[in-house]
Amino acid sequence: MERKTKVNAETGRHDLMVTREFDLPLELLFKAHAEPEIIEQWMGTKVLKFEGRKHGSWQYETKDPQGNVAFQANGVFHDFTPNGRIVRTFEMENASFGVQLEFLEFVKLTEDTSKLNMHIVYRSVEDRDKQLQLPFAYGINMAHDRLENILSKLKQHS
Amino acid sequence: MNLRRDVFQAIADPTRRAILLLLASQSMTAGAIAANFDTARPTVSKHLQILTECELLQQEQNGREIHYHINAKKMKEVADFIEPFRNMWDDRFNKLEDVMKKYKSNK
Repeated sequence: MERKTKVNAETGRHDLMVTREFDLPLELLFKAHAEPEIIEQWMGTKVLKFEGRKHGSWQYETKDPQGNVAFQANGVFHDFTPNGRIVRTFEMENASFGVQLEFLEFVKLTEDTSKLNMHIVYRSVEDRDKQLQLPFAYGINMAHDRLENILSKLKQHS
Repeated sequence: MNLRRDVFQAIADPTRRAILLLLASQSMTAGAIAANFDTARPTVSKHLQILTECELLQQEQNGREIHYHINAKKMKEVADFIEPFRNMWDDRFNKLEDVMKKYKSNK
């Protein structure tokens, strides 16, 4: 499978870079980051608030299938230049990670292709590394749930 | 570098992750591991072989039996690594691309 998204996270630094080339014109790539109903589709979250302008703020919320709030995040925009740049803060609510600063740069490659450079700055090396490991921990938890299901089925059989 | 990719292919499979969890607190024989899964025994053996080849598991001869246990050093190396984070963004961006392609053709 093609590996389109690249992550550059050097050891001992408190920032990282996510880059990705898209088979989309620049305008559509930016629109995907500027319209709440489109963000909801690809981020898989609900957009409670979205003021796409300097000094504007945003708020996302995701609920689990039972309707409990599983994830909440919010931040403010420091720059919102259509087809150019978004600078925003990002903070997860009820988590110990603290706020991070994100620089999104939208670059035109050809008429039909574009590139996103996302530079994320964390408060400390520890904060960055914790965030990096979150999806791994999540994967292990999923496996754990599955294992528990298997084991409880076995118990019912015996 | 190839070995690294193999490790992530190894843990991408849910059954293999379940095997790793099962072995997190104890070493076990192939038979005892297989007893925890609905999957056929040769399939479990294949999973064990893959996990051993990429050094996530180690074999230990114990009399006539072979016990499998976790290679903690290798597991830590994997846990420290950024692949799942990259995958998360890759999934999101793939979705973004799909959504916008449909958006474009609806115009």
